[in-house]
Amino acid sequence: MPGLEDLYREIILDHHRNPRNRGELAPPASHAVGHNPLCGDEIDVYLDVTDGIITDVKVGGQGCSISQSSASMMSQAVKGKPVDEVRALVRRFKGMMSIPDEDGNPIEPDPAVKLGDLEALQGVVKFPVRIKCATLAWNTLLEALEQG
Amino acid sequence: MTHSSLDIAAVKAQFPLLQRELNGSPLVYLDSANTSQKPRTVIDAMTQFMEHSYAPINRSAYQLAAEATDQFEGARTKVRRFINARRDHEVVFTKNATESLNLVAYSWGRANLAAGDVVVLTEMEHHANIVPWHMLVQEKGIELRWVPLTDDGQLDLTDLSTLLDGAKAFSFTAMSNVLGTITPVQQLCAAAHAAGAIAIVDGCQYVPHNITDVQAWDADFLAFSSHKLCGPSGIGVLWGREELLDAMPPFLGGGNMIADVRFDGFTTAPLPAKFEAGTPPITEAVGLGAALDFLNGLGMANVRQHEMDVAAYAISTLTERFGDDIQLHGPCNVEVRGATFSFAFRGIHPHDLSQVLDQRNVCVRAGHHCAKPLMRRLGVNATARASFYVYNDTHDVDVLADALDSATDIFGF
Ligand SMILES: Cc1ncc(COP(=O)(O)O)c(C=O)c1O
Repeated sequence: MPGLEDLYREIILDHHRNPRNRGELAPPASHAVGHNPLCGDEIDVYLDVTDGIITDVKVGGQGCSISQSSASMMSQAVKGKPVDEVRALVRRFKGMMSIPDEDGNPIEPDPAVKLGDLEALQGVVKFPVRIKCATLAWNTLLEALEQG
Repeated sequence: MTHSSLDIAAVKAQFPLLQRELNGSPLVYLDSANTSQKPRTVIDAMTQFMEHSYAPINRSAYQLAAEATDQFEGARTKVRRFINARRDHEVVFTKNATESLNLVAYSWGRANLAAGDVVVLTEMEHHANIVPWHMLVQEKGIELRWVPLTDDGQLDLTDLSTLLDGAKAFSFTAMSNVLGTITPVQQLCAAAHAAGAIAIVDGCQYVPHNITDVQAWDADFLAFSSHKLCGPSGIGVLWGREELLDAMPPFLGGGNMIADVRFDGFTTAPLPAKFEAGTPPITEAVGLGAALDFLNGLGMANVRQHEMDVAAYAISTLTERFGDDIQLHGPCNVEVRGATFSFAFRGIHPHDLSQVLDQRNVCVRAGHHCAKPLMRRLGVNATARASFYVYNDTHDVDVLADALDSATDIFGF
């Protein structure tokens, strides 16, 4: 069995204790709610997008340390970024989580996309039930982008 | 307090899976409210049946098929005795408790409920006893009313007669899968009948742990699953009062449930076949019968007493060790609760908690336990739940408590 230190890396626990970009954005910001039907966790993602750039992002909701820290890191990573860069980042992140692309093929890591702190979530793949926790915020982000 | 006469080490020794070690240490299985482990006798009965007697039931003249039919129908008799029903043919085999409750809502509900009719549920129901009724709200415009809870997780019966006023059905759990609360079933059935409503009992959590007597309860329907009472998955039970079952239209259509089929229609078979369309879970019925034999061998009064002992020990150990850091949902009085505990611990999310406990082979469930309305009522998204059965003992409580301590080390709250 993989050790818990692979899962609960210090940086993850830090984002869990001190989540970044918590809060809400008023309309016309786009807003999506993501549910993890297995555990009842909920995440709200609010986005301000101007001229193809995510100018502001806020995260609300409740969840476990993995879903909360992933949401917190996501918010840091996408703030101020062009939407197409963000989509590439989502793809890279999903690849790291062993999630296949739309055709069921593995996603090859794109070396041009930097994960930074998000690398800390790599250990989650060893705990397959937790992958859904880690990806919840990212899927909700995509939904919020669709609305934008 | 009296103590159960069961030798739990000997009971546990009959469960092959519980002998298993993971990563060099024993398993502490605390998820029996979800599904229970199986004793050797159940595994053997199913294997023996498949090796010696497996054949179709009901439709064949040869000796082997007669043997299989006898065993299948023998299981029905065992169920009837276990719940003290009047007649074998009041026992309908389904896939699980969920299907049993859907059968009642679909068949009894569609025949007897119209727009504006009231069905009363409680705030502690499992989704299996909520969604089928919500479907009737959408389809027929029936109204649902909810019996509220007290702060310690019992039913608040103060306004029960008002809630039941004019209701057609009262459908409630006999034991909460989240809080462990045991409800006063006999009293609730009487209240339903006084209001002219039928009483539908979700016995999924109760039947595995207590003496069940549908006649003493004066209930109208009872639903439960085999897999939570040491039997196999894939089979469940709906018991119903003969007059009600007889008057209901069929649920699923197909083979076995008909008396005759013509180009212009069909007529239904008598009970219980009327509600058993298609090939039933044959081997599973034999396994269910063996599970009931196993439980009868222990004695359900002993099972209940043992679980009260374990519940009392769990409450005192966890509150003494952790004080305000642990919040146990549900009543503290073991007379009105089983040994199923949902809890919050030091602000650690249930998912994280169960992950850390898993490191010590302690299997607990984290989540909403298919009771999201109740979760909202409790003001939480999820809980961790440790549920004990007859093969768990007080040592398992100690292992749980030690494992909880280790969660604090990681999350450092
Ligand atoms: C109270 C209650 N009712 C109904 C069910 C549904 O049982 P099954 O999933 O076996 O159909 C459960 C199972 O968790 C339960 O606890």
